[in-house]
Amino acid sequence: MSDFTFLYRGRETNLSPEQMQRTMEKWSAWFKELSAKGHIRDIGQPLEHTGKVIAGKQKTIIDGPFAEAKDVVGGFTLVEAIDLDEAVELSKGCPILEIGGSVEVRPIQKSTM
Amino acid sequence: MDLSEHLFRREAGRMVSTLTRIFGPQNLALAEDVVQDAFCRAVEVWKFRGVPDNPSAWLMTAAKNRALDVLRRERTARTYEPELNRLLQSEWTLASTLQERFSEHAIKDDQLRMMFSCCHPRLSEEAQVALILHILCGFSVREIASAFVSGHAAIEKRITRAKKVFVKSDLFDVSETDNVAQRLPAVHRALYLLFNEGYHGASPEMAVRRELCREAMRLMSLFLRDPLQAMPATHALAALMCLHAARMPGRLDAAGNLSSFNDQDRSKWDRGLVVEGLRLLELSATGSELTEYHVEAAIASIHATAPRPEDTDWGRIVSLYDALTSLRPSPIVALNRAIAIAQRDGPEAGLETIRTTIDNERLAGYPFYHATLGELELRCGRCDVAREHFEASLVLARNPTERQFFEQRIAACTASGRTPMEANETQ
Repeated sequence: MSDFTFLYRGRETNLSPEQMQRTMEKWSAWFKELSAKGHIRDIGQPLEHTGKVIAGKQKTIIDGPFAEAKDVVGGFTLVEAIDLDEAVELSKGCPILEIGGSVEVRPIQKSTM
Repeated sequence: MDLSEHLFRREAGRMVSTLTRIFGPQNLALAEDVVQDAFCRAVEVWKFRGVPDNPSAWLMTAAKNRALDVLRRERTARTYEPELNRLLQSEWTLASTLQERFSEHAIKDDQLRMMFSCCHPRLSEEAQVALILHILCGFSVREIASAFVSGHAAIEKRITRAKKVFVKSDLFDVSETDNVAQRLPAVHRALYLLFNEGYHGASPEMAVRRELCREAMRLMSLFLRDPLQAMPATHALAALMCLHAARMPGRLDAAGNLSSFNDQDRSKWDRGLVVEGLRLLELSATGSELTEYHVEAAIASIHATAPRPEDTDWGRIVSLYDALTSLRPSPIVALNRAIAIAQRDGPEAGLETIRTTIDNERLAGYPFYHATLGELELRCGRCDVAREHFEASLVLARNPTERQFFEQRIAACTASGRTPMEANETQ
């Protein structure tokens, strides 16, 4: 088994309240399914959409991240899967895809090769 | 914990009402943004941490905090109510005022205030209903358009225009008894139309229609709690809604097809709602005012309490339709009166009433006008004429359920045509 991070990008902004609730219910169902199959190592955390970016030797502090709403990471989950292929398969059920968002699947580097 | 059905939609109405009270009607769009933001947050946080024990309170707190942010940040950028401007001077008064404005009691008042405000005299009845659905019931433009089988663009235009009137007006003052009495009929009418759209409307989805009825009843219940608003007409309208809603489960047969009134399975009617409807009808019988809601509720109560179709007191129903005709004449009332006369005096009398009292041009586009003619002709044994009427109604059918119903009636004409003896026996 290997560990992966799912990074969720995109925000459910232009939905009606009813659609928002549906979306919420889909997320619960999806996490429940992943969890039942033993794929969730850590369900993760939601992230605020704005914060600060500290950059360079000057330690310049700017408001950030500067990105389109659809590109901002809104949360992450630690997932366990056999390999990248399986992790990708699992990510396909993510409700964020339905609203035009994306899931970035990144293998977590192992300490020994 | 699971979310109760339509929780977000309902909370949207409560939150927008309260936030509009805080920000002022001119900042309706801001209130809507704050609500949208609260929902976004809820989805983002709850999907990771689960739904909180009290999701409504969570959402309200999120909206309140966001409102505080906005008020602090845009203290001078916007115009608020004069009263609020004063409070904005001090952080302490601001926070405690908002706390009070988000109390359960205040939120209920805000919804009532919003309902009256949506029924602005400068808006058409259709626009008032659309605005109520949008602001108080949390339906999006698309959802309203689909419930009303209307074009998205048309509904959008209607709501945009209505909002323009709304933001330029003051919020309605519900503590002014005279004002309340003056605008109450418009509010009743809007809720009546909303309920009717669910009960008789064209939407093919039963779930959607049931939801519209439920919304009308939910808003209605806000009035019943308030002695100042609960006039006899209010009770009569609430009674009418209960007595109709009670019969809703019987309107479809086991296969999900529309059943004609006499064939309905009366055991499926909701007894609890019938009892509640009769209680409200009794409460409505005070004062001197007799409204169309009183009469319609009385008609509905006769239907709802008849154990079998043949137990119906059609004589009383006819006289109630006479009363309704003088209170609020309409082609549909005239048609229903003719049906009641047919039940009391036979199909020929019904047809004669239709011929003499109904302007058929005004009902020519209504599928059930032709279906009624078909039904009465069929009972007179004139199967070919009946079939023509049902064919006319089939062309006008507004959804698959209606289509199927009229097709089944056409088939009945053909069957009766073959065995005239049997048809006569069922009279």
